[in-house]
Amino acid sequence: MSENVPADLKYAKSHEWVRLEDGTATIGITDHAQHELTDVVFVELPAPGRKVAAGEACAVVESVKTASDIYSPLSGEVVAINPELAKRPELVNKEPYLGGWFFKLKLTQPSEAERLLSAESYASQISP
Amino acid sequence: MLKRTPLFAAHQKLGAHLVEFGGWEMPLCYSGIIEEHLAVRAAAGLFDISHMGEISARGGGAVDFLNFVLTNDARKLQPGQGQYTILCNERGGAMDDLYAYRLDDAEFLLVVNASRIEADFAWFTKQLAAFPGGGAVELKNRSSELAAVAVQGPKVAGFIDDCFPASAQTAAALQKNEIARFNFAGRIVFVSRTGYTGEDGFEIVAEAEIIEALWDKLLEVGHAAGLKPAGLGARDTLRTEVCYPLYGHELDENTTPLEAGLGYFVALGKGEFVGHSALAQQKAQGTTRKLAAFKMAERSAPPRPGYSIWSAAGGAEPIGRVTSGTQSPSLSMGIGLGFVAPEFSPANTAVGIEIRGRRVPAVTVPRPIYRRS
Repeated sequence: MSENVPADLKYAKSHEWVRLEDGTATIGITDHAQHELTDVVFVELPAPGRKVAAGEACAVVESVKTASDIYSPLSGEVVAINPELAKRPELVNKEPYLGGWFFKLKLTQPSEAERLLSAESYASQISP
Repeated sequence: MLKRTPLFAAHQKLGAHLVEFGGWEMPLCYSGIIEEHLAVRAAAGLFDISHMGEISARGGGAVDFLNFVLTNDARKLQPGQGQYTILCNERGGAMDDLYAYRLDDAEFLLVVNASRIEADFAWFTKQLAAFPGGGAVELKNRSSELAAVAVQGPKVAGFIDDCFPASAQTAAALQKNEIARFNFAGRIVFVSRTGYTGEDGFEIVAEAEIIEALWDKLLEVGHAAGLKPAGLGARDTLRTEVCYPLYGHELDENTTPLEAGLGYFVALGKGEFVGHSALAQQKAQGTTRKLAAFKMAERSAPPRPGYSIWSAAGGAEPIGRVTSGTQSPSLSMGIGLGFVAPEFSPANTAVGIEIRGRRVPAVTVPRPIYRRS
């Protein structure tokens, strides 16, 4: 199976992706993760204003099959959450890197981003 | 090492998402749980159920023996008929729930849950040894030589007989719970009008060597009607919507069929059987808990097995526990089953399901939760 791993994003081993722009990070889950989860039916997002640490469980994604914690790949303050996911959780399956984003962080420790995986390393982690 | 069914290669070829289920490596889904679920409700779905077990009971004493170890009245079965029934221990607890088919006057086929094959066979064997006239019954565990598929949905009766051009009779003429022999690839297969989805449909038991040819033939003849391969994910959401019990969730050795709302399948009036006195006493006294079906009252995460059920009025202790729960693909809302104190089991009782520390409003509903409109 060919996995979709965009080259311009960074990745966490726990299958989140990160888009870095001017001190903020947009975070979602990878195509591989949504495929493993199967149909997503509910997403619980962190409250805007919440401060999260790298590695902290701060969201829950529920598929028909199971509930899974989502870990923040970086430390920061939640400045936005995806309002569409409340009405259309299936966006996580259909557009994992676009309409299916979870939340945005204003980073408090931007240097942590150096520890994230490149697209190439993440792709090799998930290859069978 | 996980066990695999004779259809494992077929699942791989179809790109199935494989998962572990009770020691078996089985397809969770192919195209997606919701899509497969909706295909079964609207058209047709094909399931591998080869992990389930088959036990045969033959001989002049078979009907009396089965009537003694199973809760339903096996004597009501004519050759060619099947019934849902429960295997109980002396305490009335469910050892398994199964289908018993009377193939001929003195031959029965029992289709049991995958996880219970060894336990059931050991229990049947032990009971037979103590049964008067037990020598007139031959028990055989045929689970490894037989395989099975379920083909379910409102369109199935329109194409299933294309698999059996060499058979004199038609599967579409079978009534609910009837079973008959058909010819496929030069072998005898058993086709019954039964299922676990709440839709019209059939289950087919065949020798393991021909099951892949049958699977492929069904996909071919059902293609135009919209038949899709469907996995255990859809099997679970389909059965939860119609409130069919799943062994290990709604039933176990410490749960009686009366508590699980299966009293219809317990023939207390038929005479002595294993578990009879415990069940008769429980029937007279009333159960201390009852299985209830519920729907979430607001948009929420799906309820899951093990979640606590609370009275809407609060209280210091939960009133019960969820045994099965999921997002209903047909209704697009969270649904579930759970045991509650009897006063909370009537439909339209407001309750709360504890989801990650928060009590989310839900309401009990009549069973089944989903009914064909």
